[in-house]
Amino acid sequence: MNPFALVGRFTIVFLSEIGRLAEFAAAAVPSIFVPPIYLRLTGQQMMRIGYYSLPVVGLTAFFTGGALALQIAVGTTFGAETLVPNVVVLGITRELGPVMAGLMVAGRVSAAIAAELGTMRVTEQIDALVTLSTNPFKYLVAPRIIAAVLTMPLLVAVADVIGVMGGWVVGTQSLGFNSAVYIHNTLDYMKDSDVISGLWKAAAFGFIIALMGCYHGYYSRGGAQGVGSATTNAVVSAAILILATNYAMTSFFFGAGR
Amino acid sequence: MTTPKIQLKGVTKRFGSKVVLDGVDLTVEAGESLVIIGGSGTGKSVTLKCILGLLTPDKGSIKVDGQEVTRLSSSAREQVNRKFGMLFQGAALFDSLPVWENVAFALIQGRGLGRSEAKKIALEKLAKVGLTKDVAELSPAELSGGMQKRVGLARAIAADPEIIFFDEPTTGLDPIMADVINDLIVKTVKDMGVTTLSITHDMVSARKIADKIAMLYKGKIIWCGPKSEIDRSGNEFVDQFIHGRADGPIKMEIVR
Ligand SMILES: Nc1ncnc2c1ncn2[C@@H]1O[C@H](COP(=O)(O)OP(=O)(O)OP(=O)(O)O)[C@@H](O)[C@H]1O
Ligand SMILES: [Mg+2]
Repeated sequence: MNPFALVGRFTIVFLSEIGRLAEFAAAAVPSIFVPPIYLRLTGQQMMRIGYYSLPVVGLTAFFTGGALALQIAVGTTFGAETLVPNVVVLGITRELGPVMAGLMVAGRVSAAIAAELGTMRVTEQIDALVTLSTNPFKYLVAPRIIAAVLTMPLLVAVADVIGVMGGWVVGTQSLGFNSAVYIHNTLDYMKDSDVISGLWKAAAFGFIIALMGCYHGYYSRGGAQGVGSATTNAVVSAAILILATNYAMTSFFFGAGR
Repeated sequence: MTTPKIQLKGVTKRFGSKVVLDGVDLTVEAGESLVIIGGSGTGKSVTLKCILGLLTPDKGSIKVDGQEVTRLSSSAREQVNRKFGMLFQGAALFDSLPVWENVAFALIQGRGLGRSEAKKIALEKLAKVGLTKDVAELSPAELSGGMQKRVGLARAIAADPEIIFFDEPTTGLDPIMADVINDLIVKTVKDMGVTTLSITHDMVSARKIADKIAMLYKGKIIWCGPKSEIDRSGNEFVDQFIHGRADGPIKMEIVR
């Protein structure tokens, strides 16, 4: 096929996808604020999105913090005892806590949301909602977005603590650092602004995770195969958007001129 | 003359290059039971979905109680849809909710009824379709296809709508239960004074529940009349369909 036609076709598909996503987001965002708000469903989603993600996020943060400590200590001959806690707390709170938690929750939650809404779409349950005079954006999409935006910062706060603890365990157990000194150095280098920037990132990632899951599920078609590809697309697009947004927010919070 | 309950004029709907509805004209008077018959894949379900706003027709007008409904905002659509109850061909029950909450859905979400009161009504409606209390607590996935259909029926009538759509209400039921459901539909229509639009392949069922029968073929209504006239419609397409003959003007697209 003509390469220009190929590029052209790709561009058209890409742009129409962006348009459809923008349209979806434009319908989804107001539905968060306009009543009726389904509190019961939102609570259920907070349990499913937030609470049940705790083990995954905790484990990820623990090993990330530990590996970071190990990595920094290797090859550092002088001043490792201050450098390791410094880099661990800075790296975890600014970048690794939010990003690792975001990616893990994207894998868990975007996929689950896309599969659930996708199945509801192909079995006509979403159509049934409409015939029962219930707006699917308010009933299905809004509770998931609200829950994800509210619980992601909490998850990241937990990830920060456990990540730093991972570094501490490695530092004191295998690198032979003094525990009190490690904790002292950690607290010395921990900045409120770093932690808070990470929590803002977390809220943004929560929005992306729920939006991508809902969007791909809502528009899925074509039976089991369609739901399967909606699930994959939800996870992949959420992960990419999280990394891109992370870059943008890092450059906003820590960027040029500071 | 009174305004018809539902009126379709020149409704066209295509998917890609495939024309499914090609100028459908159909009128349903208030309190009337109209049954649409027609071959598989001729667009009967699509017609219902256009009226409910689940699909937007490409051309034509659809009026409900004289109100044009083809291009409504979502809140206006919610208002109009309060008039409707719909039984989906595949039941389309919410599998995250137990059976009774499915039936009570419109009462709880739409009417703001308390859960215990809504449950009482739901149990009554379930009893009408021959389902007992213990079924009410099950999840839809635990039911047989025919039972799901009956739950779907109970959900469609739960909020006492003015207009009910039945998409193949008796498909997948045993002959006795099918007759129970036919009776139920006839009785509901008489008691509640509702208008119904049903789809069926089952001519026994059609003869029982219809006042009027319309036949959809190649995207158009090719015949519409009182059920008493269906046997002398003088239309060979209709004749072939109601007698279920393989030979006739309707050619199945099968390679022999
Ligand atoms: N969402 C859709 N996208 C693409 N094509 C569709 C869609 N919905 C229906 N169609 C097509 O429209 C045609 C009519 O479908 P419809 O479901 O209305 O058939 P039907 O008359 O209800 O048949 P049956 O009696 O088997 O239920 C079919 O050929 C189907 O392939
Ligand atoms: Mg159908």
